[in-house]
Amino acid sequence: MASHATTAPEAHSHPALQHHFENMEQQREAGTLGMWIFLVTEIMFFGGMFLAYTLYRSFYPMAFASGSNHLDLTFGAVNTGVLILSSFTMAMAVYFTQVGKQRPQVICLILTLILGLTFLGIKAKEYSDKYHDHLIPGRLIPGNPFNPEVAQHGDEDPHKLHLLEGATVEKVEMFYWIYFAMTGMHALHMIIGAGLLTYLLIFSLKRRFGPEYHSPVEVIGLYWHFVDIVWIFLFPLLYLLGRHYVH
Amino acid sequence: MKPIESFEVPLPPKVNYINATYGLKSWLLTKDHKRIALLYLGSITFFFFIGGIYALMIRLELLTPQGDFLQSTTYNKVFTQHGIIMIFFFLIPSIPATLGNFLIPMMIGAKDLAFPRINLLSWYVYLLGGVITIYALLAGGVDTGWTFYTPFSTTFSNSYVVATGLGIFINGFSSILTGLNFIVTIHTMRAPGMTWMRMPLFLWSHYATSLIMVLGTPVIAITVLLLAFERVARVGIFDPALGGDPVLFQHLFWFYSHPAVYIMVLPSMGVISELIANFSRKNIFGYTFVAFSSIAIAVFGFLVWGHHLFVTSQSVYAGMIFSFLSFAVAIPSAIKVFNWTATLYKSSIAYDTPMLYALGFIGLFTIGGMTGLFLASLAVDVHLSDTYFVVAHFHYIMVGGALMGYLGGLHYWWPKISGRMYPEGWGRFSALVIFVGFNLTFLPQFVAGYLGMPRRYHAYPPEFQVFNVLSSAGASILGFGMLIPAIYFVWSMRYGRHAEANPWHLPGLEWRTASPPPTENFEVTPIVTWDAYEFAPREETEVVGKFRPELERI
Amino acid sequence: MQGWIPLVPDSASSFSWKVDALYFYLSGITLFFTLLISTVLIFFVIRYRRRTPYEIPRPVEGSHKLETIWTIIPFVIAMTMFGWGARVYFDQYKPPDNAIEVYVVGKQWMWKLQHATGQREINELHVPVNRKIKLIMTTEDVIHDFFVPAFRTKADVIPGRYTTLWFEATKPGRYHLFCAEYCGMNHSGMTGSVIVMEQREFDDWLSGNVGSTTPAAAGQQLYQTLGCASCHGANGEGGRGPTLAGIFGTEQQLQSGQKVTVNEGYIRESITNPQAKLVMGFGPIMPTFQGQVSEDQLVQLIAYIKSLRAGGETTPTVAASPSPTARPGASPTRNIR
Repeated sequence: MASHATTAPEAHSHPALQHHFENMEQQREAGTLGMWIFLVTEIMFFGGMFLAYTLYRSFYPMAFASGSNHLDLTFGAVNTGVLILSSFTMAMAVYFTQVGKQRPQVICLILTLILGLTFLGIKAKEYSDKYHDHLIPGRLIPGNPFNPEVAQHGDEDPHKLHLLEGATVEKVEMFYWIYFAMTGMHALHMIIGAGLLTYLLIFSLKRRFGPEYHSPVEVIGLYWHFVDIVWIFLFPLLYLLGRHYVH
Repeated sequence: MKPIESFEVPLPPKVNYINATYGLKSWLLTKDHKRIALLYLGSITFFFFIGGIYALMIRLELLTPQGDFLQSTTYNKVFTQHGIIMIFFFLIPSIPATLGNFLIPMMIGAKDLAFPRINLLSWYVYLLGGVITIYALLAGGVDTGWTFYTPFSTTFSNSYVVATGLGIFINGFSSILTGLNFIVTIHTMRAPGMTWMRMPLFLWSHYATSLIMVLGTPVIAITVLLLAFERVARVGIFDPALGGDPVLFQHLFWFYSHPAVYIMVLPSMGVISELIANFSRKNIFGYTFVAFSSIAIAVFGFLVWGHHLFVTSQSVYAGMIFSFLSFAVAIPSAIKVFNWTATLYKSSIAYDTPMLYALGFIGLFTIGGMTGLFLASLAVDVHLSDTYFVVAHFHYIMVGGALMGYLGGLHYWWPKISGRMYPEGWGRFSALVIFVGFNLTFLPQFVAGYLGMPRRYHAYPPEFQVFNVLSSAGASILGFGMLIPAIYFVWSMRYGRHAEANPWHLPGLEWRTASPPPTENFEVTPIVTWDAYEFAPREETEVVGKFRPELERI
Repeated sequence: MQGWIPLVPDSASSFSWKVDALYFYLSGITLFFTLLISTVLIFFVIRYRRRTPYEIPRPVEGSHKLETIWTIIPFVIAMTMFGWGARVYFDQYKPPDNAIEVYVVGKQWMWKLQHATGQREINELHVPVNRKIKLIMTTEDVIHDFFVPAFRTKADVIPGRYTTLWFEATKPGRYHLFCAEYCGMNHSGMTGSVIVMEQREFDDWLSGNVGSTTPAAAGQQLYQTLGCASCHGANGEGGRGPTLAGIFGTEQQLQSGQKVTVNEGYIRESITNPQAKLVMGFGPIMPTFQGQVSEDQLVQLIAYIKSLRAGGETTPTVAASPSPTARPGASPTRNIR
């Protein structure tokens, strides 16, 4: 029948063990599973925008190609490389934490943070270019109507949008709201990620994490990889459309 | 034989989770899942009354065919806000956030949920969403219908769509965090010996609910966000005048909102399993089938959203697929109803209030579920879509189903939560009043709907008046019936009879600790060697004259 | 079922009895299972009530056989419901080819209707009995829904596209028309009537109500005034723009390689967003008329283009002319609810 057993108190209960968990193993398992589930919710969240993208791209393929052509491929590609590299440094940070090498751990965290901020900086430059080219959709910026025909830098203007056959300004504006919504939401997640990395950095310097207790680093690493993967999808879908139309 | 309810009831232990610490801060910054459940209980009851007042206003207006009680613009806001408050701020959190939060750790033998601080955060997020929504209501209200169809909501409505949308968006995170917490808890924190197949069915249904919460809620979040974005930035997402697609909104909206109805009803089904088993002292017939039917409902529930779009010129083949799947999703629910009924065969049924609510649920959910089949059937749905038939159908499930389970569960676990018994006589009386009032309110609406009375009308042709008068009469009885438990639950907290640890003499883990429980739930972690509804000792299978001794003491 | 409290509305279309039959089947099954479950529950609750405080009944695990039975049987019943509903719906879905066309434009908060022969109506629709009627519908603003309970049919009207609804009225009378998709302040007031008349009376009504030009004729005028003729030819024979005569209902190849069927929706899109689906062989030179033509005018242009036969002659659209099967001595229309 029912019998109760007392849990043997841990000889040296780890200071990070929460009171409601039996042991560090259970806590780690719960934390990791929790982060995976959270990432699934993020997939569903971005999924709505991917659905809108799929639908409108199938309706207006030429407009999307025109809009995509105008995005700066160099910036996009560099950002992709930066993020992939940052995922590598993040994974290394997790590894070094697990094996207890604090100095390389901190260096890798710093590198990840720097790469993440680089991404955000390049993104900021891209957004600012769009602003100057009057490509902010809708009435988000009062007095700055969406007008891709405006030439800013004279005849050799590399930013002048060439509307492909079948593309209209109205539909290119649709591409741009999708671009801003998706990359904007992604950038927001990057900013949160940068905040989380800062937290990790501070506590790593205080030697909080080590082989017995590294699940926060692991779990935030998972989050960082997810944000990276979202970008891996966004880059081709937004930047690489219709490049074969480019002269 | 000496009756069980002897007068030598030992007083509960001095220190329990309620009086362990004092002060507002100890409650508002608590990490104890039981206190958080009580915080939710208070806020959910508050929102229920607001939603109920809106319902009263609707039924008052509909007493007469003319729109003479409220202006049409006001009426439109009233039914919109009734829907929003009841769905997002009452029904979706009700059982999971109160009973689920309180009981899940206890039922699995844990000290708390996996993430207690996230649990507290979910309550604050709920409150924040609620405050923003109430601000929108007070500032002028929203009149788009709880379904926010575009382009009315993006372009034509002059009401507080963005503020309400923001409130709903934030509230959604409360749902996601709760679901996440439950899934991780059930996976990683079960007591030694508690295998999946030894879990009470309450846990299975909350697990299935949590799957839906976690997968579905983000979709409504992004939908509402895009809606607000379109309204503010005037970009073409859902408004065809700007290049958008209004039916895309409907697909995105219903992709969440259909599974959402399973979020509302699955926890209630879990409660009913507990009530049926425990008040008939018999293991649920077909435990495995009932357990997996919850998962099946969660999975199939994601595949049927198109049945809300049958009349939107959807492709006939898409319509057929959604119709077929909508019939398929009814089957697991039917399996549950049959299993609950079979459980009662040759059992030992007590007529306590919780059992009355469970019996009411089974009857009313059968009607509600089967009228759903009318709406799954394409040809009939064309006629019935957007009529009062639909209103009656979903109220049978939401009130006759989900609310009955909520009330039954509250009564059942009240001694555990508060340490007091509710007055049984009043409990049975109010259950009866609610049952009668509810049926009188919504049964006539089926007939009115087939006759053609559309939804969301504040004035209607006179031939529908007889049904509306019956319905409003029923609503007043229903409202009266629901006031009674509100009063006696509060009364019992001070004057109710003290309850012992296991007042119903049941084998569940939650009954193996004091009423109210201590903060850490269990003195020692239990080791589980018995199935969920094991009433008799394994060796004896005849009717026995004594309870298992260990049920008598903690 | 008419009596003190009716259970079903008037049956006034060829669909009505089919939908009612299915409804009664569903109601019967619902009633059966509700009574079955309730009776069994009540019986069990009384028969197996607790008699002594300590009794514990013998536990039972379950029965795979019973589970199978009560899974298979409900599934089979559900499939009969699905199949029957799908069958009736399939017939209801596609409008027949030789139906009389009526154009409907919904707006907040009224219905504007125009017969192919030119008669305009507001919130009322006169139709002859026993003829197939097809409604081609859109809306100027938000989503509405054209609902006639007596015909057991409804369809949403969606901005930016055309939806269709068809019926064949079988009983003369006046029947409710409701808007069945919430559309704002006066949603409850967006009601009207469908008046079904005997053929002879309908013809009388038609001749007594001629005032406006037919949609096709109005469309022809617009075609000239908007300058369509300059690219598409004076009679739709083509030129810098594609030929329009005889194009309706055909399949066209687009620049992108896809094919499109030329229906009302495609024509509307070509007028409001010409570059979206360019026909193969033509450049993107057509200007957009978005904002310059109202929904009513779009409907008229479409009616005109539909009327253009190959060769440039116009054919009258299937109009509500006297039916060859009109019965002499038909009874006058009664105002039945």
